[in-house]
Amino acid sequence: MTETHRTKQAEDRWNWLWEWANPVKFMSLSGKILPWVMGLCALTLLPGLIWGFFFTPEAVNFGSSVKIIYVHVPTAMLAINIWVMMLVASLIWLVRRHHVSALAAKAAALIGLTMTVAALFTGAIWGEPMWGTYWAWDPRLTSFLILFLFYLGYMALWGAIDDPDTAADLTSVLCLVGSVFALLSRYAVNFWNQGLHQGASLSLDKQENVSDVYWQPLVLAIVGFSLLFVTLLLLRTRTEVRRRRTHALETRERMADA
Amino acid sequence: MLDLGKYAVAVYASWAIALGLVVLLVLITLRQSAKAKLDLDAAEARKAARHG
Repeated sequence: MTETHRTKQAEDRWNWLWEWANPVKFMSLSGKILPWVMGLCALTLLPGLIWGFFFTPEAVNFGSSVKIIYVHVPTAMLAINIWVMMLVASLIWLVRRHHVSALAAKAAALIGLTMTVAALFTGAIWGEPMWGTYWAWDPRLTSFLILFLFYLGYMALWGAIDDPDTAADLTSVLCLVGSVFALLSRYAVNFWNQGLHQGASLSLDKQENVSDVYWQPLVLAIVGFSLLFVTLLLLRTRTEVRRRRTHALETRERMADA
Repeated sequence: MLDLGKYAVAVYASWAIALGLVVLLVLITLRQSAKAKLDLDAAEARKAARHG
């Protein structure tokens, strides 16, 4: 390694991130921060949900159905954001070939799929009394359904290919393609005005926000759900790293026996 | 029990489905994590035994 190269590497402002790419360092770092993330998750998710369910009033137009936002909005936000996280991890894999980032994307998929299903069901249940139908081919609903199918396809592709690096390559490309629908799920409401689904419940534009009495517990629930995602992501990525190591050891055993 | 009026079924069903899915996800994650750890420990033990 040349002196210039070494200096460049030392000056890389992303060094803190690349440290996570080393499986041994990842296991050590993630093991240390997991209890803290779990604790913060419990401290935000439980109060957020209890506050939202028990201590918020009925809304003028929506009655008690407004309480559905505390499970619908965080799961819907995560469904989209998890795909974006998978996109970033996939790009890191494609560009820098860090195995942990490919495994993190794989680990996140089931969490994203669960959040998408939860958002679709809670949205449908809320839609029936509000719109008079469980389902409509509304731009946001439709792109969300396609996002759900992309999650399924992504997981199926990981399961269908034996070679882990090839699987990581192909799933990363699929993730890039699916990102169009993840973005559509978020912005379809802004593109097409004919849909049933209303605009964002939370926005930097204060006029669009729900009132504070609903907004405060909602923010707490969103933070709680996000920390739940980080907790599960770390746990699941650790599982994937262990599986990869086991697979490597078993392969070596078979080669030694042959 | 809260009085949720005519939206009671919708609210309870939404919460039950969302939280049920999350609990199921947590249980699957913990189970997979425990199994992966056991499998790796066994593989490492076999490797250690081979190399004396």
